[in-house]
Amino acid sequence: MALAEKHVTPGGSARASSIEYRDPHQSVRIMGFWLFLSTDMLLFACLFATYLVVRTHTDGGPTPHEIFDVPGFTIETFLLLTSSFTGGLATLAMRNGHKKQLMAWLIVTMLLGLGFVGLEIQEFVADVAEGATMQRSAFLSAFFTLVGTHGSHVSLGIGWMFITLLQVARRGITAVTARKVFIVNLYWHFLDVVWVFIFTVVYLSGVVM
Amino acid sequence: MPQWLHTFGDQYLMWNEGPLIWISDVLILLTGFGIVFVLTYFKKWGWLWREWLTTVDHKKIGIMYLIASLLMMFRGGVDALLLRTQLAVPNNHFLDAEHYDQIFTTHGTIMILFMAMPFIFALFNIAVPLQIGARDVAFPYLNAISFWLFFFGALLFNISFVFGGSPDAGWVSYPPLAGPEFDKGPGENFYLLALQISGIGSIGTGINFLATILKMRAPGMTLMRMPLFTWSVVATSLVIIFAFPALTVALALLLLDRIVGTHFFTMAHGGDPMMYINLFWIWGHPEVYIVIMPAFGVFSEVVATFSRKRVFGYTSMVASLLLISVISYFVWAHHFFTMGAGADVNTFFAVASMAVAIPTGVKIFNWLFTMFRGRIRLELPMLWTIAFVPCFAIGGATGVMLAAAPADYQYHNSYFLIAHFHQVLIGGVVFGMLAGMYYWWPKMFGFKLDDRLGRYAFWFFNIGFYVCFMPQYALGFMGMQRRMYVYPADMGWNTLNLVSTIGAYLMGIGFLFIVAQVLYSIKYGERDVTGDIWDGRTLEWSLPSPVPHYNFAVIPTVTSRDAWWEMKQTGQIQALRPSADEIAPIHMPKNSGRPFILSACFFVAGFGFVFEWFWLAALGLLGVVICLILRAFEYDDEYHIPPHEVVETESALGRL
Repeated sequence: MALAEKHVTPGGSARASSIEYRDPHQSVRIMGFWLFLSTDMLLFACLFATYLVVRTHTDGGPTPHEIFDVPGFTIETFLLLTSSFTGGLATLAMRNGHKKQLMAWLIVTMLLGLGFVGLEIQEFVADVAEGATMQRSAFLSAFFTLVGTHGSHVSLGIGWMFITLLQVARRGITAVTARKVFIVNLYWHFLDVVWVFIFTVVYLSGVVM
Repeated sequence: MPQWLHTFGDQYLMWNEGPLIWISDVLILLTGFGIVFVLTYFKKWGWLWREWLTTVDHKKIGIMYLIASLLMMFRGGVDALLLRTQLAVPNNHFLDAEHYDQIFTTHGTIMILFMAMPFIFALFNIAVPLQIGARDVAFPYLNAISFWLFFFGALLFNISFVFGGSPDAGWVSYPPLAGPEFDKGPGENFYLLALQISGIGSIGTGINFLATILKMRAPGMTLMRMPLFTWSVVATSLVIIFAFPALTVALALLLLDRIVGTHFFTMAHGGDPMMYINLFWIWGHPEVYIVIMPAFGVFSEVVATFSRKRVFGYTSMVASLLLISVISYFVWAHHFFTMGAGADVNTFFAVASMAVAIPTGVKIFNWLFTMFRGRIRLELPMLWTIAFVPCFAIGGATGVMLAAAPADYQYHNSYFLIAHFHQVLIGGVVFGMLAGMYYWWPKMFGFKLDDRLGRYAFWFFNIGFYVCFMPQYALGFMGMQRRMYVYPADMGWNTLNLVSTIGAYLMGIGFLFIVAQVLYSIKYGERDVTGDIWDGRTLEWSLPSPVPHYNFAVIPTVTSRDAWWEMKQTGQIQALRPSADEIAPIHMPKNSGRPFILSACFFVAGFGFVFEWFWLAALGLLGVVICLILRAFEYDDEYHIPPHEVVETESALGRL
């Protein structure tokens, strides 16, 4: 690749000192990933817009108020937000060069993520058992698609984080593995932000209204 | 014939539909066998795999995009001629209603997504890294994935013609018509999955080129020193990144409605078909700017080069590109003023749509002022550029007419609209892409396309264009609606329709001249020995034609706009020529077969979803996941070209 070292300027001084930005071949990939995240953000924006348009279209079937389980989504939120924090601790450990800490925090993050996905699957199964299926009404179609898309992103993120973990275990903290850890964490934090919107726009306002 | 074969033939191969299908089957088989025979006979399979299918070189990927888009232009063009033949005379039954629906659907979809998109990507790939002084794009591996996703998306779409049945709900595929209640069978699924797969590739290209231009410019190439084509790619990439996700969602939700049974866009259970139409056009309108802005970029390069002047109003050119890309997000509802959103909503979108004419007008005047008192050479790229100006001005003016919401109630979905968008898409995008193709052809292949045949093509295509589409404006006013496959004889439309059909055939002849021109020029075209056959202004003309695979032996340092022109004027060409001791090992990405295999897996998955054979879809997706995992563990994907190899190549080219 033709990235001449001298004319790639990493951002601020804080960035310049952190390992994932030091090699310009890696930092350009971080920038590319930010661009990808903006496309993913717009994908969710469109799903949110669709949900908001049809959320009252329950067609006489289950309403948000009836199916949303307050303790359930509160615990999900707690698990996911915590996992974002532990993911941040993983990045911090990586920057400090602590391989074992990094791996431990990645594992904790994945476990919290698995807990989140498990609870979400449980919630979906319970909904379906009550007759609230995707095919019942436009509201439920949009609900399952929006929340399910987020859930499948999280599931994919867990698999991805696991693969990254294997690479760190095998190769230690190098410019390449550091960039990979950083990017998978960016992805993870992004899903956390999306969840904050799901929590407020879908669950909270669904229970309140 | 055994019974099972008969059933299979009728259900999947549509053999019961008559000779059109049979002829296509035979032609496809013959072409397929022909390709296999030639590759085997000349022992070219290894060459095909090593040099093309696994390449990550932006120049080769650009050439593949170009070939694919010309082939798709042929397919879309044949569709157009079939449609015009059907409409040539009243009460015609050359095509039946069902086939007519399928053909206008494939014509529109192919021309926008599988002709215009790969054509702009071809020029992105060919020109951008060379213009900014880079050795490749930021993510060469992703670039190959983008191409192959486009390729297999296009393949999936085209296969529907002979396997399973073509989509038939228009290129916009509006529900509820395209929904599960009214459009059974695999046709619409083909549309949804083919666009989805190639759309992922397009998003990849948008990300790739934005990162490339922002991060990989040669030293000294500040943003405001970049060639205007590169600026147009910045604007286009931004719009791709912000528009394509809406298409992804629209397609995915409609697919869920069709194969899972959800109710996003259905008439029953609370579905809202208008939501699809909004999502589609939130992508769809920016999409037309996605294809026109690179054409604007080409015109800016061509006008400056062939007028021997620097482009007039560079800063306003950049500003207007960026303005267009912003306004493109605030106009989508003008595609359905008749939805009844109310006067306030329609007013907003009408005013925003009219506002697009302002930056576009700025650009038109800048091109004219660049030509003013220039020393104009009427080479082929310049001819197409000059033809573009009046054509696009008329198309723009009718666009402003359509943007006036109250009046639009009269024009909506009439032939007036058809004439308008063909005028901006052909007069703008196709003219621009052809100008770009002629302009960079010597850079790609090392020879010029024949001028005489090119002029025949130009005149046939241009005269044909006006003969074809001017009558359609009138037909629109006379009440002819789009998508009608037959019309009675007493409407007063007969003559104009016949004239329009004659124009379409003239354009077809023009296309054949382009084919003849390419074939003739391979043998007899003027060879480009200097690398600077047009006396160009930007960095790509400082390189030999065709360009060595590492592009620049030594990365140039840029000190001004139109860097190459300035160096020629001040006699500093030598500054760009490498000296043997300056040449360092060059860092390059390795070829990989995985982008091809990954995209083939997407094809398999898409095919499985089309027919709702979920085991096949799962198999395809499994292949995708395996490819991704293998990539994650791949560390040894780059290599260095040793200096002596570069020195040898450069001396063979006479540049040392």
